Amino acid sequence: MCCAGVWEGSVLAVDAEALGRLMPMALWLDRTGIIRGAGPALEKLCADSLPGQRLGAQFEVLRPRLPEATSASEARPADDRAKAVAGRNAGAEVDLAGLLGARVYLRLRRAPATTLRGVAVPARVAGADGLILNLTFGIGLADAVRDHGLTTSDFAVTDLAMEFLYLQEAKALVMGELHALNARLQDARRTAEAQAMSDPLTGLANRRALDQDLARAAAVAARGGAPFALAHLDLDHFKAVNDLLGHPAGDFMLGRVAAILREETRRADLVARVGGDEFVLLLRGAHDPAGLMALGARIIARIEEPCLHEGRPCRISASIGIVLSASHPGADPAQMLAAADVALYASKRRGRGCCTVAPPPPTGPPDDGADWLD
Amino acid sequence: MHGLVNRSIQCFLGDTYGADLWAAVAAKAGAPVEGFEAMLRYDDALTCDLIQAATLRLGKPRVALLEDLGAYLVTREPLRRLMRFGGVDYTEFLLSLEDLQGRGLMALPDLDLPELGLESGAAGRFTLTVTAAQPGWGAVFAGMLRAMADDYGALALIEHVAPPVDHETTGAGQTGPGQPAPVRLGPQAAAPEWVTVELLEARFASGRRFDLAAMTTGA
Repeated sequence: MCCAGVWEGSVLAVDAEALGRLMPMALWLDRTGIIRGAGPALEKLCADSLPGQRLGAQFEVLRPRLPEATSASEARPADDRAKAVAGRNAGAEVDLAGLLGARVYLRLRRAPATTLRGVAVPARVAGADGLILNLTFGIGLADAVRDHGLTTSDFAVTDLAMEFLYLQEAKALVMGELHALNARLQDARRTAEAQAMSDPLTGLANRRALDQDLARAAAVAARGGAPFALAHLDLDHFKAVNDLLGHPAGDFMLGRVAAILREETRRADLVARVGGDEFVLLLRGAHDPAGLMALGARIIARIEEPCLHEGRPCRISASIGIVLSASHPGADPAQMLAAADVALYASKRRGRGCCTVAPPPPTGPPDDGADWLD
Repeated sequence: MHGLVNRSIQCFLGDTYGADLWAAVAAKAGAPVEGFEAMLRYDDALTCDLIQAATLRLGKPRVALLEDLGAYLVTREPLRRLMRFGGVDYTEFLLSLEDLQGRGLMALPDLDLPELGLESGAAGRFTLTVTAAQPGWGAVFAGMLRAMADDYGALALIEHVAPPVDHETTGAGQTGPGQPAPVRLGPQAAAPEWVTVELLEARFASGRRFDLAAMTTGA
């Protein structure tokens, strides 16, 4: 052995109690599998006095698989095999030489069936050939500590168990903090996104949100997917309310218009405020011009309803221009917005308070809009 | 400074003196309104400003405030548990302090805890040398060690020994209009501080319970 030059003589005698302090999880066994002694931590685990018992009575040997003792008296008929296996595990005489060398895996027979890993070395035990089997919990350490109520003094001073448990707890704390931080950042991101996409006064979508949704809807329509309509709405006489009754009255009216637009559209539609008194509606799905004209008329009628702000009457109206993606093969967002704008100004020219649906763009030279639906 | 340190100061001030005091101190020091994030880093100067603002506001000497902070930290169960992993009794705990910086780094590789050195003298006397980039850690450890002695049920006399030349302000009484601004020590200028421990009786009281297995099963 490599130690021969260091130790005086080749046989090392260690007091059993001292060995227990060095290796609180060790078993010393004779060759037939009888436990001759055990470290204090193992005694605690088994809640039983171990010396004198068979290894198999307290532990199931998972690996390596032990051969049965080969004495003639133990020969059994083949149909008794199951019983033989049980007997081998539960306490029949076995030859433990097979444990030497390889990693040994044991499982506690009593609940909670803690798994132990270890290594066995040959030793002189009780005056005869035997072995010392030193064990550890491995990765199941934290569970074992909890299940068996282990304390610091159950571990060897040299054992890194304390560092492992410390690290596990510190790691759990750090992970907890990181999860909380991530949740807060996620919330902040959602809020920032919502703020970046909405008009603070009315809570409607803003220009950026419209551009994003319109580009997406246009791309889908251009590929032959769901069509949509785009309505550009501009308030009439709004400046007068602002100038005569003040900005609070103007803000009040904008809030009212926003509520009407939300009520008159569906959840999937997008209502955006894109300027002081300008709104754009992205109306998803197939729409026919007559239906859109009816929707426009309904919105205008509701906006025109007289209302009071701080006891003073406010009256405004609205003009609307609408364009259908179906009329714009390719559904270019900029072209469609421009067409909706042209339709809006056609409504303004016709005396305001009305709605216009733009015709398909002319293939020839532009005309004066004679065939616009109004 | 690691956010964990700033967050600890924030929790200490808020829990001990109330949310209003924390808000006032944070505003004075220019700390984030929403408080510190434990897992982010902040400028070292901000930590000094926080302590400075708190001592002025409370009219409490800086060392006393930092000692209270140390004692407060140990009342936080997760931190108390981590400290108790240091040893089965107070003496073992003291001996484990030299590993504290390493243990901290094991959990958080960028956690800048001070370097701790322990010298044991005769008859239960110990001297802890605290070396950090920022002054004040010595007082924090004095408070911590006092609270941990209670936790272990040990009877001990613990004193903070300030560095020989102390440029720091010691609170509202000595700083005010017309007074020169306090000199802030730079990172390289921080002198070691000492904490002396006189362990009179290791098992004076029963101390608080410590189970190796964590109460909250995280897994």
